Amino acid sequence: MIVCAIGLLLARDGWLSIQKFGLSFWASQIWNPVSGEFGALPFIWGTLYSSFLALLIATPISIGIAVFIAEMSPAVLRQPLVFLTELLAAIPSIVYGLWGIFVLVPAVRSIQTSLPEVARLLPLFSGPPLGLGMLAAALVLAIMVIPFTSSIAREVLKSVPAAQREGAYALGATRLEAIRAALFYARTGIFGGIMLGFGRALGETMAVTMVIGNNPRVSLSLFAPQHTMAAVIANEFSEASDQLYLSALVEIGLVLFTITLIVNSLSRLLIWSMTRSSRVSVSVETAEPLAAEPAAG
Amino acid sequence: MNASAGWRRRLLSSLFVGFCACAVLLALLPLALILFFVVSQGIRALNVDFFTHMPLPVGEPGGGMGNAIVGTLMLVGLAALMAVPIGVISGVYMAEYAGTRFASTVRFAADTLNGVPSIVIGVFAYAVAVLPFRQFSTLAGGFALGVMMIPIIARTTEELLLLVPGSLREGALALGATRASAVFSVVLPAALPGIVTGVMLALARIAGETAPLLFTSFNNRFFSTRLAQPIASLTVQVYTYAISPYEDWHRQAWAGALVLVMIVLFCSLAARFATRRLERMHARG
Repeated sequence: MIVCAIGLLLARDGWLSIQKFGLSFWASQIWNPVSGEFGALPFIWGTLYSSFLALLIATPISIGIAVFIAEMSPAVLRQPLVFLTELLAAIPSIVYGLWGIFVLVPAVRSIQTSLPEVARLLPLFSGPPLGLGMLAAALVLAIMVIPFTSSIAREVLKSVPAAQREGAYALGATRLEAIRAALFYARTGIFGGIMLGFGRALGETMAVTMVIGNNPRVSLSLFAPQHTMAAVIANEFSEASDQLYLSALVEIGLVLFTITLIVNSLSRLLIWSMTRSSRVSVSVETAEPLAAEPAAG
Repeated sequence: MNASAGWRRRLLSSLFVGFCACAVLLALLPLALILFFVVSQGIRALNVDFFTHMPLPVGEPGGGMGNAIVGTLMLVGLAALMAVPIGVISGVYMAEYAGTRFASTVRFAADTLNGVPSIVIGVFAYAVAVLPFRQFSTLAGGFALGVMMIPIIARTTEELLLLVPGSLREGALALGATRASAVFSVVLPAALPGIVTGVMLALARIAGETAPLLFTSFNNRFFSTRLAQPIASLTVQVYTYAISPYEDWHRQAWAGALVLVMIVLFCSLAARFATRRLERMHARG
């Protein structure tokens, strides 16, 4: 009921701007509260780009962690490792943001200034050496997403029937080949885990707004300060002076809500289809309620 | 020929093992760095004044976040007051009527609500609890946090009720208990430690939330316990201080972060301890 209420209320309050701008809201790059022009493209771009980069970094690492914990680690290390990766999810995002501003951003800045002159001509690396920007945001997001994706991947790997693995070993497979077979078997669920991480990254607000630089411009550069949907709401909502401004922000909220809703439902569906089909073939494993749900942050 | 191919496969395999180990280290590195910085920077500004004093104007050294700590406690308390009954009851419903269509709808709604970005919850709470009254208030902040808390509590309650041995429930029913009294006087008490765990986890999560508070409970430079007024909170205070240009405020922000991390850690550890016990009980039963 609350979910429906959220959708309805956002639609109602955003109606003014939906009516006024229509489709151009999506395409316009101009965000000028003073003259009353609002276009959401830079924010949508920033949100998608930062989340995509974060996934690019986080996915291999998360799968590596999941494989290590599920298949390789000695039994003594397993519990502590699970606990530590989940601790990553428990740290409040504001703390990530604080750390991002004072530790990560200077580090990114020094990476940027140490790049050779030629590389900085590329559109990917252009921009003033601020440190604040897309790369810093993507790194923070990646760290925050890792616990979610890796814990799902771990659960899914655990639900791969042992016969699968034993069969591979019996055929003379090396460890890599056996695990590859298991990963292939679990691909749906792992993809669901990645989507779940994507949903988290899309909606993350505080840590991103503190390091991304908050500049509504579409740019491909890793170092350019940009903006995200969540960040613009956080920054400007309490200052929105007129009805139209507020309404435009609410419409951005509505867009964000819709996107995360779709991504999350899709990921739940994938994970669910994976764990359900495997429960039938394997003996039902004892449920581990809190390990399956990361402690969350 | 064959031997050399085998050699390559083994090498690749070892490289893969190495990669996985590196991935673990790569994830633990930021964790260690974050904890290190929060503790080392935070401890310097942390003293008794921090807990008992009010924020001072820029330039005056000292001062603390006493009002923000009280504020966070009040917000979290209000949220719990709202979310615990609703969450536990929907959890009981999902566990008891597990097969029905409505129960899976509730479960789906809870999962969806859990995935809604906190900033969107903030906008929602603004529309529900701020706009009609034209006033930022503690109640609105508590409402926003409560909405975030409900799905977490509901899902943990459900999962833990399912862990309670079936024989307990059957025993109660065999003794002539109605379904309701079996649930509320036998099953629920057995799962109580687990539910407390769920509540602790939910508290740990929302205590660290900033985004939904920015435009619901807003912020307040002064000490306040009035429900209809804006109130300070630890997280919003850390945010304001972190993006300010003042050295003094940065130090305070680190200290605030340290307090937050300690609260969250304490809750997570307590929750973990409680689940251990419940799982052991489950293993025996």
